[in-house]
Amino acid sequence: MLKRLRESKSAQGTLLALPTTMWLFVLLIIPLILTMIVSFGKRSPDGNVIYTFTLDNYVRLAGFSHDCPDGQATCFDPLYVNILVRSLSLALNTTVLVIALAYPLAYFIARAHPKQRNMYLFMVLIPLWTNFVIRVYAWMMLLRKEGAINIILGWIMHLLHIPFTPLEMLYTPGAVLVGMVYEFLPFMILPIYTSLEKIDNSLYEAAADLGANARRTFMRVTLPLSMPGVVAGTILVFIPVMGTFIVSDILGGRQVILVGNLIQRQFLDARDPTFGSAASLILMVMTLIVTYFYTRKFGFGEEIVVA
Amino acid sequence: MASEFAVEMRDVVKRFITPEGSEMAAVDHVTMRIRNGEFFSMLGSSGCGKTTSLRMIAGFEWPTEGEVYIEGQAMGHTPPFQRKVNTVFQSYALFQHMTVFQNVAFGLEMEGASKAEIDKRVGHALEMVQLTGMGRRKPKQLSGGQQQRVALARALVKTPDVLLLDEPLGALDLKLRKEMQLELKALQVQLGITFIYVTHDQEEALTMSDRIAVMSRGKVQQMGTPVEVYERPSNKFVADFIGESNFFEGKIKSLSKNEASVFVPGLNAEVTGMPISEGLVKGEEVVVCIRPEKIRVTEKTARAEGLFHGRVSNTVYIGADTHVFVDVHGTQFKVWEQNRISRLDPKSFYVVGQEVSLMLMPENTLVLKKD
Repeated sequence: MLKRLRESKSAQGTLLALPTTMWLFVLLIIPLILTMIVSFGKRSPDGNVIYTFTLDNYVRLAGFSHDCPDGQATCFDPLYVNILVRSLSLALNTTVLVIALAYPLAYFIARAHPKQRNMYLFMVLIPLWTNFVIRVYAWMMLLRKEGAINIILGWIMHLLHIPFTPLEMLYTPGAVLVGMVYEFLPFMILPIYTSLEKIDNSLYEAAADLGANARRTFMRVTLPLSMPGVVAGTILVFIPVMGTFIVSDILGGRQVILVGNLIQRQFLDARDPTFGSAASLILMVMTLIVTYFYTRKFGFGEEIVVA
Repeated sequence: MASEFAVEMRDVVKRFITPEGSEMAAVDHVTMRIRNGEFFSMLGSSGCGKTTSLRMIAGFEWPTEGEVYIEGQAMGHTPPFQRKVNTVFQSYALFQHMTVFQNVAFGLEMEGASKAEIDKRVGHALEMVQLTGMGRRKPKQLSGGQQQRVALARALVKTPDVLLLDEPLGALDLKLRKEMQLELKALQVQLGITFIYVTHDQEEALTMSDRIAVMSRGKVQQMGTPVEVYERPSNKFVADFIGESNFFEGKIKSLSKNEASVFVPGLNAEVTGMPISEGLVKGEEVVVCIRPEKIRVTEKTARAEGLFHGRVSNTVYIGADTHVFVDVHGTQFKVWEQNRISRLDPKSFYVVGQEVSLMLMPENTLVLKKD
């Protein structure tokens, strides 16, 4: 037995992969199957799961309801569809904004003097040492009606003798977007930085030597060679933003409900794990579809950086 | 206005700030005139200023003092993309995200050439470096030698007036390197454009160049044809750097235009040679340099004139030659004897301990300044 193992490369491979496979099985595959089973179940009146096979939860997610206000048998209310669309569009907006902010920053850091580079990277990482929730609360302090931004704007307007009513910024979709961008910025900066930093200086020189000015060097050499970093960063940002509920909870209040909030409320407030599971699976499928088409277009980011 | 010189460096200085904060001249008052159609090499060990000089011609660095001229025009701070020179980089610097074809086409696209013209010229360039049919591969799918050829094609497709090559063969194995040396030289002759070639490999420089600038510590030590720098090195550095030499220290006893007599204490004898370095004076402490292949060994003879008698201390058989080490009054001579006949029979050659005579020709005995 041992002798056979020593001789067979494939047996060795299987054995070596065993711990990881076990890990994935216990922590990913089994929970996923359970979620799936629950999502096809029914909620009992006391909030437990009745295991049957029904598509009711998915029908409800799609907007079709059986208890209608005016006595119809079925009626259509796109409430949940709207939540899903809002979550998707917010995640896409966040990702685009994060790329727009992170790329120049990563470029600046990558081209900085090596001595200063570490300091800049350190500055990018420092916020991550604080608890996620606390950082979101900090934005609440900044954005609220009596918050720092309104106070400063008030001073400026006062000096300019312009009448000023404090802006309503908190509990708006804009506030959620700002919070998301802020929270996930480092996860985009780091992979882009890594891919930019890897580009050998001689490539820039070669481009210049062959007649490319700074703009064309960037478009034809720098940008394509840093795409793996952008792709990796997009995956690191888009997927968590799709599912997160803390930012929208704190900065969006009841105004901005995302699919993450929906799921959270089903499990905790509404005590309907079957509907929560269905929403979770739909979220996962949506994320997978977007990621699939995105990576098919741009290739897989080769460098997912674990900060 | 076309100039006689493809590239001219006039009294160029390039200073850098070292990490310790002090100033260092990487290139120190260098003047070079490189003729049109010439294969010109800058030869020296690392840190001698050869690559910095090349980079100043390419436009990647600007001189601190002095001026670089290309085709008679002062370059000043002209950026690289506006100079009619192209570079083959040491690391090749190929764009890994592009195919071979796209790499070679890049420079033409920047010129705004039409698609038909690009196809034609890239095809021609790939044919020139024998890579026809490889256009759709990525650089990573090619061998080192092939990548080198892509780098060459990418620079040559621009039909530059001057091609700059920064140790382009450094990463190749010896056999391939020797093949590429001959190929590069043939290509240069065929195209008739100026090549400026940076290398630390003396054999490479001697093989390919029309002229060589031997550099050390930011200065040009000697500029001349391969024969000149080997046969008439202008100082001890050049003699030591290029080829091998026997060096003996001594003092000039008498001096005329074509002959110097030097007393060498190590040999306890006077040696007659050619005064090579400029500005030698009588009584000066000098170095006598004799190439090992230019000394003749014979069995000990009584004929005295210009002969040194010694004892063989070691022989090393290295295939084409045998290196003989001869001890003369405690001073070692290195002599290379060509193996014109088979050395299978040990008796066919000198043995350790045998008494021999060495003959030095005055025209091959070079009297050089000490550095």
